[in-house]
This record gives sequence, C-alpha cells and structure tokens, in this order.
Amino acid sequence: IPSVSNIVPESCLLIVVGLLVGGLIKGVGEKPPILKSNIFFLFLLPPIILDAGYFLPLRQFTENLGTILIFAVVGTLWNAFFLGGLMYAVCQLGGPGLNHIGLLANLLFGSIISAVDPVAVLAVFEEIHINELLHILVFGESLLNDAVTVVLYHLFEEFANFEQVTIIDIILGFLSFFVVSLGGVFVGVIYGVIAAFTSRFTSHIRVIEPLFVFLYSYMAYLSAELFHLSGIMALIASGVVMRPYVEANISHKSHTTIKYFLKMWSSVSETLIFIFLGVSTVAGHHYWNWTFVISTLLFCLIARVLGVLVLTWFINKFRIVKLTPKDQFIIAYGGLRGAIAFSLCYLLDYKHFGMRDMFLTAIITVIFFTVFVQGMTIRPLVDLLAVKKKQETKRSINEEIHTQFLDHLLTGIEDICGHYGHHHWKDKLNRFNKKYVKKCLIAGERSKEPQLIAFYHKMEMKQAIELVESGGIGKIPSAVSTVSIQNINPKTLPVERILPALSKDKEEEIRKILRNNLQKTRQRLRSYNRHTLVADPYEEAWNQMLLRRQKARQLEQKMNNYLTVPAHKLDSPTMSRARIGSDPLAYEPKADSENLPIITIDPASPQSPESMDLMNEEPKGCGGLPPSPEEDEEGLVMRVKEPSSPGTDDVFTPGTGDSPSNQRMLRCLSDPGPRPEPEEGEPFIPKGQ
Amino acid sequence: PCNQRPHPLSPLSFSPTVTSEQIEHLHRRFKQLSRDQLTIRKENFDSIPDLEFNPIRGKIVHAFFDKRNLRQASDGLADEINFEDFLTIMSYFRPIEMNMDEEQLDRFRKEKLKFLFHMYDSDHDGKITLQEYRNVVEELLSGNPHLEKESARSIADGAMMEAASICVGQMGPDQVYEGITFEDFLKMWQGIDIETKMHVRFLNMETIAHCY
Repeated sequence: IPSVSNIVPESCLLIVVGLLVGGLIKGVGEKPPILKSNIFFLFLLPPIILDAGYFLPLRQFTENLGTILIFAVVGTLWNAFFLGGLMYAVCQLGGPGLNHIGLLANLLFGSIISAVDPVAVLAVFEEIHINELLHILVFGESLLNDAVTVVLYHLFEEFANFEQVTIIDIILGFLSFFVVSLGGVFVGVIYGVIAAFTSRFTSHIRVIEPLFVFLYSYMAYLSAELFHLSGIMALIASGVVMRPYVEANISHKSHTTIKYFLKMWSSVSETLIFIFLGVSTVAGHHYWNWTFVISTLLFCLIARVLGVLVLTWFINKFRIVKLTPKDQFIIAYGGLRGAIAFSLCYLLDYKHFGMRDMFLTAIITVIFFTVFVQGMTIRPLVDLLAVKKKQETKRSINEEIHTQFLDHLLTGIEDICGHYGHHHWKDKLNRFNKKYVKKCLIAGERSKEPQLIAFYHKMEMKQAIELVESGGIGKIPSAVSTVSIQNINPKTLPVERILPALSKDKEEEIRKILRNNLQKTRQRLRSYNRHTLVADPYEEAWNQMLLRRQKARQLEQKMNNYLTVPAHKLDSPTMSRARIGSDPLAYEPKADSENLPIITIDPASPQSPESMDLMNEEPKGCGGLPPSPEEDEEGLVMRVKEPSSPGTDDVFTPGTGDSPSNQRMLRCLSDPGPRPEPEEGEPFIPKGQ
Repeated sequence: PCNQRPHPLSPLSFSPTVTSEQIEHLHRRFKQLSRDQLTIRKENFDSIPDLEFNPIRGKIVHAFFDKRNLRQASDGLADEINFEDFLTIMSYFRPIEMNMDEEQLDRFRKEKLKFLFHMYDSDHDGKITLQEYRNVVEELLSGNPHLEKESARSIADGAMMEAASICVGQMGPDQVYEGITFEDFLKMWQGIDIETKMHVRFLNMETIAHCY
C-alpha cells in the first residue's frame, strides 16, 4: 500500500496543512494572517534561491544556457502576452462583471501568472529524481525568468497609470529588460567577488566564515531589489561566482556549516511558504468569477504547451542533444506556478487595481491546480513515460581525468580547425581565471593548485572520513576494493608504515593487557555500588587508549591500501585537510601545570566527530599516561613533551618513562607513502614536518 | 582544386554528415596550415598559436599522424598527411545524428572511444599500462611547473587502481593487472555519453583563426 508521501508531494500536504490552520484560526474567530509580500520577498524567498544558486550544477547549466535562456525569456514573454491578450478578449466578452478590466490590467495579470515558479519546481522536481538535463532546463528557466517577470510587472504597473502609452515607452521597456537582467547579474558578480576576496583573509577567524557567504549574498539581493533590478539573478550570480574561491579558502567545517545552514533555511522557507499559501487562501478576500478563473486556467495550460512546442522546434535546430517529445512533455508539465505569483499580485495597489481580489482568486486557483494536479500526477507520468531518471553516479578520479582530457582534446581540435567554439572560449576563461583571478581571490598555496589535484584530495578526504565514520573495526565499506598498489605495479616496494611492525610477543603482550583491562572494566560496571561509582580515570583512559590504538592500526592498514599521496613539504590547506589532524604542533601541550588535564583542540582542524575522538584523545591519553605505576594517583596528566626518542613505541614498554609523541598517530589515517629518504629506525614522521 | 563532392567517409558507411560547405572550410584551413602544400607534417602544427597552451598538444598532434586513426595500418606513424587523412581524423568529431539506429550508434561510440584509446596508449600495444597512464596525468598537469612529479604519479596510481577494481572487481594480492584493454576502457566510459560530448560544432565557419 503506497503511503501518502509516495503519492502526494510535500508541497501539497503543506498547503493542506495551511488550509487547516487557516480554517482553525477563522473558526476560532481570529483573523488569519496573510502572506505579506515584503515578508515573502525579503525573508522567505532569498534562502531558497541562494541554496539553489550556490549549489547550481554549473557545468550542465552553462552547457544548456542557450536553451534555458530561450525558454525563460521568450517563453515567459509569449505566455504573458498570449494570456493577457486572450484574457482581455474574455473580459470584453464576459459580461458586465469583467468589462471594465482594461488591456493593461490583463497584460499585467498575464505577466504575473506566466512565470514558472522556482520554489514550486524545486519542491516537486526534487522528489521525482528526474534526469539532470530536464531538471536543469525547467529549474534554470524558473530562475532566469525572474528578470522578465520583474520588467513586465513594473512596466505594466507603471503603464496602467499612464493615459497613453507611446512607442518610446515600449522601446524603453524593452531596453529596461537588459538593464534589469544584466544589472542584476552585475551586482551579483560584484558581491560575489567581494565575498571571495574576504574569505581569503579569514584563516584566523574560521568561525565566522559562513557568515560572509550569507551576508554578501543577501546584500547582493537587497541591493538589486533596491534598484528594481532582478534580485534573484543577483543572488544566483553571487552564489555562482563566489563558490569556487570561497570553497578553496574556507575550512572544511565552515563548508559543512554553509551547506547545512543553506539546506536548513531553504527547507524552512519552503515549508513556511506553502503553509502560508494555504492560510492566505482561507484568509484572503476572494471574488470568484467562473468565467475569469476557468479561462485563466485553460489558457495558462494552452499557452505553456504551445510555447514549449514551438520553442523546442526552434531550439532543436541548434542543439546537439535534441529534446524528444517526452522531454517536451515534461518541460511543459513542469511549468508550475507558485507563491511568487501570489505575492506579486498581493502587492498590487487596490486603488488602481480594484479587481485585485479577482486576480488573486484566479492566481490561487491556478497555483492549486498546478501544484496539486500536476504535482501529484507528474511522478506516475514520469514512470509511465519511462523518462530517464537521475543516475546516482559516484564521481571517480578516472572520470575526472577523462573529462579533463576530453576538454583539452576538443579545445585542441577547435584550435586546429580554426573554429572559435564553445571549448575555445571556455579554455580561455579558465586560463584567465587561473592566471589572474585565482591569485587574487584564493589564499596561499591553493591558488596554484590545479583542479585535478584538488579533486583528488577531495576524494581522498571523503574516503578517509567515510572510513572513520564507519567505525573501522571489522567493517570494510563496500566501496573500498581490495585492489592495492601491488596489483597494478608489482615492482613497487611495500609502502612504509608509520606505526612500527610489532614483534610477535609484543603483540601478544598487548592482547593480554587489553583482555585483562577489558575484563576489569566490565566487572566494574556490573558490580555497581557507591564505592566503585567513580572509575579510576587512569585505568579507563588507558583502556580506551589501547582500544583506540588498535582501532587506529587496523584503520591505518586499510587506508594503506589505497591512499598513496605523499606528504608534501609545502603544505596546502587541502593537503593538511586530507591528513586528518592538521597541525601536529597544535597538539603541543602546555608545559606548566602538572596536575591539570589539559586539552588542546585546534578549532580549525577539519575533523569529523569520530576522528576527533580517535585522534584528539590519544595524545592526551598517551601523553598523560606515563607508564610508571607510582603516578597512578595523578589521573590525567600532561607532561612536558620531551623530544621523542626515535624508534620506541613507549606506550608498550612500561617503565621507560619517556612520553611518546603521539602526534604521529595523527598521521596514521593518511599514509604519506614511500618517502625519498627514510631515516633509519624512525617509524614516525618527526614533529614539525 | 577542391573537390565539391561530399567526402565519402566510406569505411564508416554513414550518410555524409559533413556537408560540402564544411569540407570547403576545412580545406581552406588545411591549405593555411600546410602553406599551400599538399601535405602537412608535424611541424606545421606549431604554427597554431592557441595550441601552445594546450597541455596535451603533443598527444593531439601525434593522433593526427597515428596510422591506426588514419586506418592505414595497425601500428606506426605517418610522416605526413594529406587532406583526405585530415578529414578522416576530423570525422571522428562529427556530431550525432537523430536517425541513427542502435547498431550505428554503438559503432559511432566505439569509433570515438577508439580514437581516445589510441591517444592514451602511446606504445600501440593495445593496453594502457600504468606508465602510460602516469604519462597522461603528468601531461594533464604539465601546465603547473611547480608541481612535484609525486602528485601526478599518485593520482595516476589511484586512478589505475580504481580502474582495476571496476574492470576486474576484487583482486587477490597476487594477481597483477596488466593494463587497461579496450574493453575495460569501454566499461570505464559507460557513464559518460561520449557520442554527444565528443564533437566539434561546425556551425559558424566564417571566421578562421590566423596562423603565424
């Protein structure tokens, strides 16, 4: 039995909830709140757009930019005029109730309702997992048509006040489209560059890095809206521009923060928008006119279908990957209307637009229809038509190499042909970016890091985190294969391990200690009484540390198999991020206090929580556990770190008294690979390298 | 003396997809590159200014003279190529057509992937060995002079291991993976739709980039 969530998309349910809430409030006798336009445009819409823009799949977007622009601009214009014109005709013929609505008012109405809504599209398309091409086409269209909507809306609103509309006005209106859209993009780019530049200097204040991303983007949005430019395009532009540079500069944790905050805010916004739509429906003043509403609905659908068909026919002449009729159907069907139309209508002035209520009613009807009917039926239709779904491909290093190779090859062929094509310009832009822009906007070493290397490090770190999070012991993630370097290059020497290979009897000793201590811990827990409530911190920490040590060794063994990046002398942030536990020196304990447990945590270290546990506590544990028994009573103690004697694994040789430098443990999750000059008997990488 | 008839491209037995207009343009370009000679040699490619920045230009130029791509032999390098050879190489980059059936599509795809495979496999032994793969990655990263060789090598090693695990699956510690054969290569490219990616648009051909 399919559950409700399989049939009904979330947006529908939220609207229903809104209706119920609104009904409840009305039932109680209060006046339900209506979605105020400034709240919507200022607070609810930007997070969603920023989330979309920041994570926009740029490659597909730019590959299909022409198609998207044609759909967004020409398609919306067509919709607006077709609908406006036809509604005017309907109004003229519709009897006394509608006669007074002029052409301009109808055109205004058309322009409001013709725009495909990004919020609704996102809400529905996210759930059906359609293939990336269709997704980016419909979604991109919904984003870019904002400029058209803004221009038309303001234009017709102004014109409705004029007695006469001259040709000059129309031409100026046409020009204002370019100003609005390009101006919006320009504002966005400026703020994006400023944000990227700012992030270059945030290495000491990692904590507020996410703030810059949010603030500058929001500023871009506000600045654009202030001048009646397209705020949505500004937001998208700033997100797209700042992302590569910001991500190169900020710490891993900030990156995660940004991602989760954006997702959280956009989720909350989306929910609120749909609920408010429901409430506003109940609360609003409605004026139901059968003719108007039904004809609006009908013509909306017809306009959309016709528009998509004609435009696709035209576009297919220029596309390599043609749009099939199935694709066209989905594009037409995906033209959902949403809260933007509602809010724009709500903004209309009662004085000039007395029929605002009727417009509102019609808009709400169309929104409900598209969201409920189209939203609910699109999923079975997608299955029925066997539309290609999104393939969950894991990005692999091979794919990256091949893609880059292909890019260079095609650029080369274009140069040989003498044809300045798509690849040529992309290559030129990349070179410009590498030569000038990256130097300004990215801090330190990373500005020179080629994309392939950055990608590889990202993959490495992902795998490292996966492995740590999977617990390590006994569980090899299925993604990890057993292919090791021996399989492909039998001549290489076995990779040097950081941890020394213990002799057999030492191993046995360790096992015995572990067994005994584990047993003791268990016993203590069973015989619970007041006297044994406080476990001996020394013993506990010792056990924990031993356990973890073994875990780490097993982990390290597995990591050895496929991480082979050598440690660079020059450390770029990505390199140190890949070595979980960034700076060994950060773990230098303070020399002064004898009896206080000192915990030094590097706030900038990009570690997952589990690796934190694994890594951070060991130096403290080890460092604080001098093996000599007489220091039992002191508990967790950090001693002054003496330079470690090379070659000794002090934890397991009780009585030698030397504190091991367990910073080396930090490196154990990423094997630096065979080093050119292994020092004799030095299993650990010396401090400070 | 330019042939106005469409280039046969007969071994591929597709309907002529390169129009005579495009051939005309390519011929003009060929004459420019060859300085009005009948054949081009490797040195002629040095006269293209934009090609300098390309990290894999060596491999690209090499591909033009590779006899396997020219369908002349299964090995070896030609010293010079004429216009027909030039067109043969260019034909690898023609765009997909709507009216291709499954078999044609498959052949189309294999042709393009074979061209790529020949570029990777520099010693023409039918396998991409670890050293050749390392060579590819090194060339890709050759635009960054400060980079150490180690990085390129380790990336290539990692990629090779991934390829081995895709193509062969789990391997015991004693098995050795010789190199990527063409079948393995096909497997690796399964996710990427090469037939739509690997093409050069011949739409706007009026402007010809200049040579030295």
